Amino acid sequence: MQFLANPTRFLKLANAVLPTVWGLTIALLIIGLYGALFTSPPDYQQGETVRIMFVHVPAAWMALFVYSVMALASALALIFRHPLADAAAKTAAPIGAVFCFLALATGSLWGKPMWGAWWVWDARLTSMFVLFLLYIGYMAIWSAIDEPHRAAQVARIVALAGFVNVPIVKFSVDWWNSLHQPASVFRAGGPAIDKSMLWPLLVMGLAYTFLFLALHLTSIRAEIAARKIRQIHIAEIGER
Amino acid sequence: MKLILALIRRDLMLNIRQSGGAGTALGFFLTVVVLLPIGLGPDQALLARIAPGALWIALLLSVLLSADRIFQQDYEDGSLDIMTMGPVPFEMVALAKAIAHWLSTSLPLAVAAPILGFLVNLDPNAILPLFLGMAVGSIALSLLAAIGAAVTVGLRRGGLLVSLLVLPLYVPVLIFGLSASQPPGLGPDIATPSLLILAALALVSLVLSPLASAAALRSYLK
Repeated sequence: MQFLANPTRFLKLANAVLPTVWGLTIALLIIGLYGALFTSPPDYQQGETVRIMFVHVPAAWMALFVYSVMALASALALIFRHPLADAAAKTAAPIGAVFCFLALATGSLWGKPMWGAWWVWDARLTSMFVLFLLYIGYMAIWSAIDEPHRAAQVARIVALAGFVNVPIVKFSVDWWNSLHQPASVFRAGGPAIDKSMLWPLLVMGLAYTFLFLALHLTSIRAEIAARKIRQIHIAEIGER
Repeated sequence: MKLILALIRRDLMLNIRQSGGAGTALGFFLTVVVLLPIGLGPDQALLARIAPGALWIALLLSVLLSADRIFQQDYEDGSLDIMTMGPVPFEMVALAKAIAHWLSTSLPLAVAAPILGFLVNLDPNAILPLFLGMAVGSIALSLLAAIGAAVTVGLRRGGLLVSLLVLPLYVPVLIFGLSASQPPGLGPDIATPSLLILAALALVSLVLSPLASAAALRSYLK
């Protein structure tokens, strides 16, 4: 962790790793999508629409995962004053929001033929939607505060407050209502889904994870560059 | 402790003597409750069914809209700067201000809401559970609003941002608040456990909210 505190060192590492990460992402996406669209059988109840799941479920996993990354980075920034942690949290948010939106949109596309409605106020949809709102609020804080140092400090608190709230929202919404099928991959007694469908799903999950890693590293790199530009501008104004 | 009480008393005093305090929040609450039947149609059966939800949402909105007053004035006139240097830990200052907000705005609303329920044809049996739920839930509402207020205190247009940040945090309170407001005798008793969970939410926010708001305020005060 301390090793990455130096932006130059981080950039060197990111530049070295990025081509591999992108390559892995693309390879895994091709394998996963092939498995999802061609080799896996149509579901006996859901028919071909089951294939939406291979895009939808990993996106939902990632939306939660990225929020955890964001909260972890914020905590590291708060505790250790790690200089890149704020940049990591800031750049994770838009990516996570897009994953969250993807999960909501594909879920909605799947819901139309399955439930007969684009949107159903069921527990998981609702908690996912709240997560999406939390992402938006977090990004709004960054754009509302002009001074970057202060924005970072305030955004940490917003991220952590949201993170504490996510499980509570999940729990409360479950209590409120449930129409959605219960979790079928991660549960006691092993996955309840057939192997022919499970492996493309897991490969897609892995592909999304690498995609996030690639996008995240790229945007942290961009963030560091933006900081440098800012400093150069300030220095130029100072010289005048 | 004495100093904290003095802080609460000061805030309450300011709130009562200044116009635009709790009275305005109550007026806003009343307006929302009146607009709802106009928007939904005057059907008595429908209104009775949605009454607790309508009252809860009006409560959330009124608490939120009054939230920016928790820290704004003291931030602008520099009192908060002085309080950071005082003998009271700054977290306790933040807590005192949230409590003052609860006492001056949220609690009066929680008392008034069930009484105003007759406007939306609220089941009379639901008045007591609704009051209990709101009284307990409003503690959490005020404390969460304090986080939002602290996070946006130095921004000129914080109002909308507070809503965007805080409303998602209100979802659990709303859910358990509503199930705590069920009149007795309708199906299994979920009101009591919901009320207990509401109390748990209030206690958790009692611990975490002062920490978060104090940290956010400090970054503005530097």
